[in-house]
Amino acid sequence: MDFQVVVLAGGTSKKLVPLVSKEVPKALLPVANRPVLSYVLELLEHSNLKDLIVVVEGQDAALRVGGWISGAYVDRLHVEVAAVPEDVGTAGALRAIAHHLTANDILVVSGDLVCDVSPGAVAAAHRRHGAAVTAMLCSVPVSGPLESGSSSGKDKTKKPGCCNIIGLDPTKQFLLYIATGPEIERDIRVQKSILRAVGQMEIRADLMDAHLYAFKRAVLQEVLDQKDAFQSLQQDVLPYLVRSQLRSELSLNGAPHTEENGHDKVVPGINQVMLSQLLAKTSTPSFHELYAMGPNGSAPVRRTHKCCVYIASQDKYCARLNSIQAFSDINRDVIGEASHLSGYSFSAQNNIIHPSAELGSKTTVGQNCMLGEGSQLGDKCSVKRSVIGRHCRIGSNVKVVNSVVMNHVTISDGCSIQGSVICSNAQLQERVVLKDCQVGAGFVVTSGSEYKGEFLAKKER
Amino acid sequence: MVQRKGSTRVSEDAEELVRVPLQAILLADSFAQKFRPITLERPKVLLPLVNVPMIDYTLAWLESAGIEEVFVFCCAHSKQVINYLENSHWVSLPHFEVTTIESHNSVSAGDALRLIYERHVIHGDFVLITGDTVSNMSLTQALQEHKDRRKKDNNAVMTMVIKRSKPSPITHQSRLGTDELFMAIDPHTKQLLYYEDKADHLKGTLSLEKMLLADNPSISLHNDKQDCYIDICSPEVLSIFTDNFDYQHLRRHFIKGLLVDDIMGYKIFTHEIHSNYAARIDNFRSYDTISKDIIQRWTYPLVPDVQFLGNCAAKLERQGMYRALDIGQSRSAQIGPFSIIGNGTNIGDNTKISNSVIGERCTIGSNVSIEGSYIWDNVTIEDGCVLKHAIVCNDVIMKSGAVLEPGVILSFKVVIGQEFVVPAYSKVSLLQQPTKQDSDEELEYADHNSGVEEIPSITSTVDKLNGVLTCKLPETEAWSTSEVGSGGVGYIWSICEGGHEEEWRHSVAPTPADKLTEVMQATDDDLELTTQGSNVLLPSGELVPDSNSNISEDDDNEDSRDDSVYFEKEVEATFLRAVHENVKEDHVILEVNSLRLSYNMTSADCAGALFYSVMKLALETPCNSNSELLKNVASVITRWQKLIKSYLQSMDEEIEVILKFEEMCLESAKEFSALFAQILHILYEKDILQEDAILKWASEKEGAEESDRVFVKQSEKFIQWLNEASEEED
Repeated sequence: MDFQVVVLAGGTSKKLVPLVSKEVPKALLPVANRPVLSYVLELLEHSNLKDLIVVVEGQDAALRVGGWISGAYVDRLHVEVAAVPEDVGTAGALRAIAHHLTANDILVVSGDLVCDVSPGAVAAAHRRHGAAVTAMLCSVPVSGPLESGSSSGKDKTKKPGCCNIIGLDPTKQFLLYIATGPEIERDIRVQKSILRAVGQMEIRADLMDAHLYAFKRAVLQEVLDQKDAFQSLQQDVLPYLVRSQLRSELSLNGAPHTEENGHDKVVPGINQVMLSQLLAKTSTPSFHELYAMGPNGSAPVRRTHKCCVYIASQDKYCARLNSIQAFSDINRDVIGEASHLSGYSFSAQNNIIHPSAELGSKTTVGQNCMLGEGSQLGDKCSVKRSVIGRHCRIGSNVKVVNSVVMNHVTISDGCSIQGSVICSNAQLQERVVLKDCQVGAGFVVTSGSEYKGEFLAKKER
Repeated sequence: MVQRKGSTRVSEDAEELVRVPLQAILLADSFAQKFRPITLERPKVLLPLVNVPMIDYTLAWLESAGIEEVFVFCCAHSKQVINYLENSHWVSLPHFEVTTIESHNSVSAGDALRLIYERHVIHGDFVLITGDTVSNMSLTQALQEHKDRRKKDNNAVMTMVIKRSKPSPITHQSRLGTDELFMAIDPHTKQLLYYEDKADHLKGTLSLEKMLLADNPSISLHNDKQDCYIDICSPEVLSIFTDNFDYQHLRRHFIKGLLVDDIMGYKIFTHEIHSNYAARIDNFRSYDTISKDIIQRWTYPLVPDVQFLGNCAAKLERQGMYRALDIGQSRSAQIGPFSIIGNGTNIGDNTKISNSVIGERCTIGSNVSIEGSYIWDNVTIEDGCVLKHAIVCNDVIMKSGAVLEPGVILSFKVVIGQEFVVPAYSKVSLLQQPTKQDSDEELEYADHNSGVEEIPSITSTVDKLNGVLTCKLPETEAWSTSEVGSGGVGYIWSICEGGHEEEWRHSVAPTPADKLTEVMQATDDDLELTTQGSNVLLPSGELVPDSNSNISEDDDNEDSRDDSVYFEKEVEATFLRAVHENVKEDHVILEVNSLRLSYNMTSADCAGALFYSVMKLALETPCNSNSELLKNVASVITRWQKLIKSYLQSMDEEIEVILKFEEMCLESAKEFSALFAQILHILYEKDILQEDAILKWASEKEGAEESDRVFVKQSEKFIQWLNEASEEED
């Protein structure tokens, strides 16, 4: 068993209310009519990583996610679903399932990742450097030729400083500094010792931590054991590993060495491999090794560990569903510019209309749209750049632009919906006008009402 | 094609009209004292580097780089520099004009540039360089880049030349012996965003403003670059210096000033050279390094066997050996690799020379061993001497059997007695080490100045010189035999300030191995320290990451605690300087005020810090008993009463002083604890503390814990007396 994969599927994130609910945990939010988790699972399946632990916060949510997975992937993946208490953080979740981890390396993936970067490439980079941790970085989406509908909040998220601030070595292989933009008060503090060892560091504000990490199991477990205050992988564990990379407090450096040495003695074949690896290493020692060396190039006197990065190329798609804005964006992208992710085949009109969907007369469904199974549209409707789920009933003269309509939604005649998200079982009565709104599951919008930029959900929540 | 050329010509004509010859400012004064004691007698730019005065390298490069007009700014020993230039080839070259500008009261590069500005001689872009720079780079590209940038952005005032050079990971020094340099550069525009050369070793982190990243999506941080001290400047640079009359140092003030407070929006850019050579001789270590580079021909065509102006011919032989045409060498003498022997030098039997430079007309006896040393002209080395990594100036005589340990500097005309062993890193000169007197300069650059201040020649007494220096030439017979051996002439300078500990850093001798391990040990300790610090500093880690706001507060606290420690140290240093150099109180107040502003402290902090420094001074004055200590305290407080008083505007500050005193008694200066009440009384008598403040302090402590009230109890009587006195008044 090479890599063990942990998918952190989260629970019912507060950020995504009212889209998520007890019935629909974050992992099951639909992206182009498929649960978001399916994107990660299929990505892993592509890289032949089929042994997964899916960690879900909350028992109920775990049951639902488990139910869905066993239905959808019953003979394709070997998935274990583990429930952890809510609000333990990503590090806490890993701590809770630590006893399940047995492989040498662990791949930790966030369940809300929608991307087409191969995790296998990350794993390979991790192995190649023998790193303690390898993080995948992707470029922050540059606000490309986005069409009108993008709301004003969009530009804000793209401003530098809101994403990660990342320091890389000149070869762009090692992670030397990481911080979350908004958490930095004023100054970026870079450790001189690391800079001295590397000589040159590139600080970038245009990269984003994709929340896909490869860890050495021993490292991960040791850190989780020793630092029980660590709650978040991204904010605690990774920065800790990065800043302590030149004076490692990990005992692993001794341990795996002896482990590997043990291997050597048992299997002479591996010895060869090790030797060539060593030779390859000596030809271009990384700054870690140089730093660890004694003054005369003697045996290592300092303990170091490596923190590596895998930077996805610009043309790859990578996004995390961690906000309502992101939800809309990803839905739009998956049926639009990143349509290869959706796994559907598009029609000549560049849209997907399920054969069982019914369209009234003079109803148009534009490019980059999706119409789910059994949905009905009345006459003279217009759908543009939107996803409409299964079994929706949409009356006549309805306009849906840049929106996501989930399953079993009823939209009555004369409604106009722009840039909004309508959750399952919601009902829109006649002539409702919504702009940039989110309508919670089962909510009824009374006829004739107009809303702009509001959350509409049942009070009880 | 021709047509197009013609049309562009027209558009450039306007520029053409105001075209001025390419100019350069050459500072023939380093405004530093690193080459003392040699520079007491001869200006640094005239010191021979591989048998050619340094300034010739600089001028030769300027000439080859197409500079048409050079202004040589002379300050220290200006007569010597001017004389030298007047008699050199440089004045007679066509298309290359050398003009000297003389000044006697410039104490810094800033002053020099201000003076040049007043002369109105610079009309366009110019090259700013010091007379101790060796380079063979081509300026064309850098100049073009500079001009192109200027066309787009008028605020791009300077292009600074940098070169890759990684400092030693152990000593944190470059191979030129300069401190490590941290720079932040925009990788695309090459704009310089951050510059830190006097790295604060205590701080393990580098703070970059977050806003930098808002403008530039990526920034390169460099620790592997070396500043070549070759700057291409626009004329604005001079006016910036004039506008900011407090800018002294080119790097520390000018560059930092422009980078930190970018009110004026001026920008500095960098130009990196790769295959060319450029380096500045900043200290003895770089003297050694650059000499070796020259011998190993990195600086081609500025090498000994190429006749650029001012040097005399030498022939390159195998193994990097250069020999002048006319030398007398015994058959049995072994001259090793990478050495150069000057004209008219005689070398005796069985003498071994390696990696060394020997000047002209030297006499070297038999069985001498010279390794890695620099022997200037007319030096006599008698039989059996041993020299290792030393610099020996003109006219030195080493009597037979004398030994120079690594790092020794022998200044002009020194005589080392027979069999005498000069200890490592000693500096020997005929001039006594100057003791600073009555320095009425209010700036720290005063020290820089006094070192290179005009000392016309060794025979004249230096009393004319505003009393800054006292050097006298004693009678020859008065030489003590003990100092440099029997028959020796010269004083061994005691090592001051930096201390012996740091001497090896800048010495000609290679860093000894034991120092390396020592330093390495120290850095390891540092590392632990800094990382411990950063654990708290970074908004994560051991702290409970529950509420973010909490963490950032902690962050701030840590920060301010750090700052207050630094602040206290700085105030103490300022105060001590005041004590030792007799700085006027007003100036101390000014300095402390500026510190207060830069550290963002309150006046109570100033009062506390100053009081702390004063008391510490009292404590450090030697004494035998408590009563003597008390006397010391009284006298010190009387002396600095006015200074402390000026920070005690209100009761708050006075209470701060008492609290500080308490803290001292408990922690750093327990000697005072027994005398608490008495000292409090003195403070009261000297009007430093008002009775209100003391009473308030006492009443504030009323409810405190027993341990916290020790001193209140101690001074109970005094407080009671105060109470009664105030009641009586009522």
